[in-house]
Amino acid sequence: MKLHEYQAKEVFADAGIPVPESRLASSVDEVVEAVGEIGYPAAIKAQVHVGGRGKAGGIEIVTSEDEAREAAESIIGMDLKGYTVERVLVEAGVDFVDELYVGVTMDRSAGEPVAMVSTEGGVDIEQVAEETPEAIAREHVDPAFGMHPYESRKVVYEAGVDRQFAGDVASILRTLFDLYENSDASEIEVNPVMITADDEVVAADAVMNIDEDALFRQPELAEMEEDSYTDDLERKAGEYGFDYVRLSGNVGIIGNGAGLVMTTLDLVDYYGGTPANFLDIGGGAKAERVTHALDMVFSDENVDSVVFNIFGGITRGDEVAKGINEALAQFDEIPKPVTVRLAGTNAEEGMEILNTDLVTVEKTLESAVQRAVADAEEVNQ
Amino acid sequence: MSILVDDDTRVVVQGITGGEGNFHAEQMIEYGTNVVAGAVPGKGGQTSAGVPVYDTVEEAAIEEDADASVIFVPPAFAGDAIFEALDAPLDLAVAITEGVPTQDMAKVNKRLSEVDTRLLGPNCPGIITPGEAKLGILPGNIFAEGNVGLVSRSGTLTYQVVDNLTQRGIGQSTAVGIGGDPIIGTSFIDALELFEQDDETEAVVMCGEIGGEDEEQAAAYIAENMETPVAGFIAGRTAPPGKRMGHAGAIVSGSGTGTAESKIDALNDAGVPVGDTPEEVADHVESFL
Repeated sequence: MKLHEYQAKEVFADAGIPVPESRLASSVDEVVEAVGEIGYPAAIKAQVHVGGRGKAGGIEIVTSEDEAREAAESIIGMDLKGYTVERVLVEAGVDFVDELYVGVTMDRSAGEPVAMVSTEGGVDIEQVAEETPEAIAREHVDPAFGMHPYESRKVVYEAGVDRQFAGDVASILRTLFDLYENSDASEIEVNPVMITADDEVVAADAVMNIDEDALFRQPELAEMEEDSYTDDLERKAGEYGFDYVRLSGNVGIIGNGAGLVMTTLDLVDYYGGTPANFLDIGGGAKAERVTHALDMVFSDENVDSVVFNIFGGITRGDEVAKGINEALAQFDEIPKPVTVRLAGTNAEEGMEILNTDLVTVEKTLESAVQRAVADAEEVNQ
Repeated sequence: MSILVDDDTRVVVQGITGGEGNFHAEQMIEYGTNVVAGAVPGKGGQTSAGVPVYDTVEEAAIEEDADASVIFVPPAFAGDAIFEALDAPLDLAVAITEGVPTQDMAKVNKRLSEVDTRLLGPNCPGIITPGEAKLGILPGNIFAEGNVGLVSRSGTLTYQVVDNLTQRGIGQSTAVGIGGDPIIGTSFIDALELFEQDDETEAVVMCGEIGGEDEEQAAAYIAENMETPVAGFIAGRTAPPGKRMGHAGAIVSGSGTGTAESKIDALNDAGVPVGDTPEEVADHVESFL
């Protein structure tokens, strides 16, 4: 779960990390009022869950009321990579002399958190990592102990941060690490940390993502979760609790288990079709869930055919067949051709229940995918 | 022969009195697994799935001589349950639970480096040595006894590939689900090493997916250390960057790491043929035997 910049900065400020003065605004008038209080120059920053907001026109620096009004008019309501901007953060401009990068994330291969510091702040850090990896100093942290103060100093020195500010930057890093741990974050990043003309150290941006599997024990952060779907079908999938990703093709795909559903997508592509979605009904799905899944994929207007591929372990073929029958019973005429392949637990019982007048049955994954791809082609002819 | 589990393995089921735990304990027993006990705090003295329940894993290990556990405990308590199995200590812990917080797993991972217990999972279907024992939720009837080892990050994809093998008469020595989470106990390399040392395993199938670098590291390991032939499969060729494809670990990052292409290239460079379809994987395996 991603926090917005303004939410992350509230969390940072509460933890004692210096952040610029700011106000949240959702209308042009509110922006003008906010800059009036904060003063000039000020930054108007779109609050949406996308990276590279600046380049995409979602951040502007203003030095007068006219400019503030103009920037607010252009940013509020704009479409930023599929997200509509509803709110902006109005923030005091920082007169900075240097920009750093400070972040904490989980190193999957090492199985432990890693703190990162770089003097190449203010730019895309993934690009820095690729082009000049030596510009990022890293320090792995033992999750049993948390970050020792010496570790925070070590990585800051290694990064080559100006000695005058090393203590302050190390202190920010330590606070970020504590937040990372105590908030069950998956990633915390400040890019840039600014060194101001007055020799202050300020967190000018804030990225904070929370491990969704840990939200049950982070009630305050869980409350900050906001609907961030760009797409009605993805929203609906969220409500049903499906793992769903919408893609641009025309073969709808439903299956159980992430690896097998991905494989089904890959096979659709391999046999010359284009996948319309990834939809994992999860393990042990009952009939109602199956019905919801089929309803969802039917309601995607890009979909021309559907392949339903179930290999039951804890999912039972008879439940799946019941769900498919129920979904299809709503229609006088089946809206899109459906191919079903059932294997594993209770597959035979499922085949007995399944209304085979309404769907095509295939025995193997490969043949089921080929059938669905052919059906989609036929619809388009 | 097999790896990690056989008919001598004495299993304690953590969470045996819950719905999932009870159902799968019965299924495991029906398959022939030597389930000797359950462990559920506060339920000591009861009987579940026909075996005695103890309050702690340690008691089950002492009283019933259990040496392996299968964990069916809700995500909030799963990290603790894994620690309990490691500290008992058992030889093997298999964590089925999906949705364990990553930072809990980082702590578990640290402890794993200090103990001799092996962990499988979390978020995995378990492990099966056909005809001897299954620890987990895998459907036993699709497996057949044989000489092909299988290691996979995904449950249902494992079933698919096993089915392709069994259908053409190729049985399995042991099939290992290592789990789809970012931090897991046993890695591809660990499992490959065990298969390499197992005299009866004549070929190995490795099913990977997008995300992380485990497959690339496994490819390097295979090139350096393995004589047993390996065939591969990688799921997620069509996955768009930045979207999590179901598994917490299955995500191609914005900077392009974790792609199917990089994994397939690494495996091919290591001399591992990668099937475009599960059926093709079975073709490769057949050609090895």
